Amino acid sequence: MGEALDYLRESPVALMLVTVVGYRLGRELQRRSGGHPVAQPVLVAIVVVGLSLWALGADYATYATGSQFISFWLGPATVALAVPLHRQVHRLPAVLGSMLVAIPAGAAVSLASAYGLVRLLGGEPGLAMTMAPRTVTTPVALQLSEAAGGNPSLTAVFVIISGVLGAIAGPAVLTLARVHDRRARGLAMGASAHAIGTSRALLEDETEGAFAGLAMGLTALAASILMPVLVLVVT
Amino acid sequence: MITGLAWLLGFQLVGEVLVRVTGLPLPGPVVGMLLLFVALQLRQPVSHAPVLRAANALLRHMQLFFVPAGVGVIAYLAVLRAQAAPILVAMTASWAVGLLTVAWVTVLLRRGGADGRGADG
Repeated sequence: MGEALDYLRESPVALMLVTVVGYRLGRELQRRSGGHPVAQPVLVAIVVVGLSLWALGADYATYATGSQFISFWLGPATVALAVPLHRQVHRLPAVLGSMLVAIPAGAAVSLASAYGLVRLLGGEPGLAMTMAPRTVTTPVALQLSEAAGGNPSLTAVFVIISGVLGAIAGPAVLTLARVHDRRARGLAMGASAHAIGTSRALLEDETEGAFAGLAMGLTALAASILMPVLVLVVT
Repeated sequence: MITGLAWLLGFQLVGEVLVRVTGLPLPGPVVGMLLLFVALQLRQPVSHAPVLRAANALLRHMQLFFVPAGVGVIAYLAVLRAQAAPILVAMTASWAVGLLTVAWVTVLLRRGGADGRGADG
C-alpha cells in the first residue's frame, strides 16, 4: 500500500489524470451553470489538483515536472491564435490607429499602478517589481521580473491570478463601463489578462478572441520596452 | 489533425529560432503566431484545412494548458497570506485600471467614433 502511494505521488500518469479530470469537471460545471463567469475550468481544475496533491501528500515540484506534457501545449495554442485573427482581420483597419495608442497606454498605466499601489500599501520594492509585469504573457513576464530584481516564480503566480481574475470579471466590468465594441473589449481582455483572458474572450465572441490574442502579443512588446523605464524612474 | 499540429509546431519553432537570432523581446510562440497569420493571409486556406482544425481544437481547451502553472499558487500561499493587503488591492485595482484604459482609449480614438455593435462589429 505504501509503495503504491509512493508511486501515485510521483507518477506522471496519475498527475496528468488528476489534471485532465479536474479540467473536465470544470467544463461540466461551466456547462451546467449556463456559463457562469466564476465557473472557469482553469480555476476548478486548480482547486481539484491542489486538493488532490494535498491528499496524496505530493509536492508542487514533483507535480510541475510530471505535468510538463500539459503546459507544453501553451506554445502551439498561442501560435493557433493566428487563426481567429486571420478570420477577423477585416475588422482591424478601423481600430488600428487607436489600438497602437491604447496598448502602450494600458501597459504603462498597468505597470506604474501595480508598482505604485504595492509600495503605497507598505509592500517591499522587490514585491512591487514582482507584481508590475503580471498582465504580460508568462514567458515575457518572467524575464521582465527577473531583470528588474523581482521574484520570477512569484510573478508567474501573479500572472495566473490576474488571468483568472480577468476571465471571471473582465466582461462584466467592460459591460458596466459601457464598452460594447467587440474589438475594444477583446483588446482590453488580452492586454490585461493575457491568454487566460483571451480564452474567455474567445468563448464570448470570435472577434473579441481575435483582438485579445493580438493585444496579448502587443502588450508583451510594449511592456518589454516600458518596464526598464519604470526601473530607471524608481531607482 | 496531425498535419495541422505539425504546422503549428513548425511555426512555433521558427518563432523560437527568430527570437534567439534577433534578440526580440517577445516569446517565440507570439512571433510564430504573427508568422502564421501572415502565411494564412497569403495562402487563404479552405475552412477545413488541417492547420485551422488543429488550431480550433487547441484554442477550445487553452485553459487546460494553464492548470500546471496555476497550481503553483498553492506553493506560494504563505507569501500571499503574509502580504495579502498590498497584493490583493494592487492586483485588482491595477488590473481594472489597465482593462479600462485599453478599452476606453480604443473606443475614444476610433475613426468616426461610431459604435462597433452594428454591422461593423
